[in-house]
Order: sequence, then structure tokens, then C-alpha cells
Amino acid sequence: MTDTQYDRAPGDASALPDVEEGTSSGMLVYTIGLVLAVVLTAMSFWVANTSLLWAGGISLGLTVLAIAQMGVHLVFFLHVTTGPDNTNNVMALAFGVLIVALVVVGSLLIMADLNDNMMPAADLMNLQMQR
Amino acid sequence: MNIAVAVDDAVRHEARPSASELGPATKRVVVGYGFWIFLLSDIVMFSAFFAGYAVLAHATAGGPSGVQLFNQRSVAIETGCLLASSYTCGLMSMAIGSRRYAATYLAALVTFALGASFLALELREFAGMIAIGAGPQRSAFLSAFFTLVGCHGLHVTLGLIWLVVMMAQVAIKGFRETVERRLLCFSLFWHALDIVWVWLFTVVYLMGVLS
Repeated sequence: MTDTQYDRAPGDASALPDVEEGTSSGMLVYTIGLVLAVVLTAMSFWVANTSLLWAGGISLGLTVLAIAQMGVHLVFFLHVTTGPDNTNNVMALAFGVLIVALVVVGSLLIMADLNDNMMPAADLMNLQMQR
Repeated sequence: MNIAVAVDDAVRHEARPSASELGPATKRVVVGYGFWIFLLSDIVMFSAFFAGYAVLAHATAGGPSGVQLFNQRSVAIETGCLLASSYTCGLMSMAIGSRRYAATYLAALVTFALGASFLALELREFAGMIAIGAGPQRSAFLSAFFTLVGCHGLHVTLGLIWLVVMMAQVAIKGFRETVERRLLCFSLFWHALDIVWVWLFTVVYLMGVLS
């Protein structure tokens, strides 16, 4: 019974007997991942260059496509699943994503706020002149 | 007698001991998990560079901006190279899993060639930018650009060296457990680099040429 480990190394395909995969299906998983990633990459390049879409929404669309492609890489290349043998890996990943989101969103928010509140020197001079 | 064994088996499959009752995890799980934590901390470092780039993206100090500098064609080829190398790296993991030497070497060779062509394209792009006076010292935007993209390029370089070392170890030591664990870590590293590149081409190259 030594092989019924509940934990799984990140990147390994599942070793649980009920989801065991053969060589051909492992190949299939990587190929599906490659096809999905190529489609998403092509969409990203198309979205960035097309004039068919509303310009204001393109950044958001690109972000969504990047998140989707990150998901494809995690699931099909790194074999991250919701299975019980993968809980530790997913929890660590979730913590990493939290820190990354805090760093990036926090920096952007603070700097945008600073830019908004920073009064340009010329305007400041003008206000004093008006008194 | 047979039935009793079958029932016993079924019961044992039904009631597997929980993770806490199994004792320490295998070394492969521990090493893989440790490397997973390292990769996440590496990605946190990248996120700081990303935040710096996003803040400084418009601070061009009168110098060239992304629209003038970035060549989408070469970025698309670089993306294709790295994506394909991630795929062949996955095929290499499968060849290692079934201990096929020839398939492992072949997949590693293709992975190395694709990674090296990615690196060559990136270095050509950097050289071209520096040649027209758009080096890292030109503006805050370019400093942030070279730091972020250069850091990823440095990771790819280290990955290529690592791959060569691993192939030498496979050739000399064969598929022993230590070598297999190192190969697992390498494939994790290579896939993680591709995930970083997905954000890189989206944020730097595609969003950089908008408007």
C-alpha cells in the first residue's frame, strides 16, 4: 500500500489508480494544450491589431486571453487539477497568485492615484497668480 | 478464499489512509513541491518587474515609444518558438517517464533548438534597439523594458544551460532517481517560463502598441 500516496509532485500526471493515464492519452493532453494555447495566442495578436473591436475594451480583452492561456498552461502542461492529491500545489499557487495580484494591482493603483493628485508645477503657479 | 481476497482488496481501495496517516511524502513529491515554491517566488519577483514596467510604460522622456520599437512579427515567432519548446518539453517528460533514451534526447534537442532560436531573436531585437540609440539608459520606459524582458531572457539562458547539463547526466548516470527528480524540476521551470512569457508578450508587446 505504499503507492497510495495522496500527494503528487507538481507537474506529474495523476498516479491515482482511478485516473491513471497511458502514454497515448498523456500525449493527447499535451497536444490539446498546444492547440488551445496556439488558438489563444493567435486571438491575442488578432485582437491587438484589429480595428473591428471597440478600442477601449482591447486591454481588458487581452488580459482575459492571457489569463485563459495561463490556465491552459497550468492544466495541460503542468497538470494542475482540483484532485485531492494536488491540494498542496493548488494552495501554494493560489497564495502566489494572491501576492502577484497585490504587487501589480497595488502598484498600479497607488501610482495612478499619485499621478491624479500630483498638481503640475505650472498649474500651481497659475493658481497663485490668480489670487 | 478468492472472494475473501477480492473483498479485502475492495475494502482497502475504499478506505485509503488519509495523507496525514501515510507518513512522510516520497522524495519526488518533496523535491517537486519545494521547486514549485521556488518558482512561485520567482514569479513574485517577475510581478515586481511587471509592476515597475506598467508604471513606467509611458515615461519615454521624449525618446522612442513601444509603437516605434516593437516588431510584432518577430514577437509572434518568438512566442511560437517558446510555446513549441514547452510542448516538446512535455513530450520529453513522457519519454523520461517511460525511460526511452532516444526519445528523450530527441525531445531535448528540439526543446534546446527552439529555446535557442527564441533567445537569438530576442538578442537580435535588443541589439537593433541599442543600435538606434534606444538602449536601457535612454528612458525610464526602456530601463524597465530591458530589465523585465532581459530577466526573462536570462532565465531562458539558464534553462538552456540546465538542459545541456541534464542531458549529460542522463547520458552518464542514466535514469536514476536523482536525475529524474532534476528533470522534473527542469520541466517545471521551462513551463513556468512560458507562462511568464504569455504575460510578457501580452503586457509589453501587444498592449504596448495599442493607441
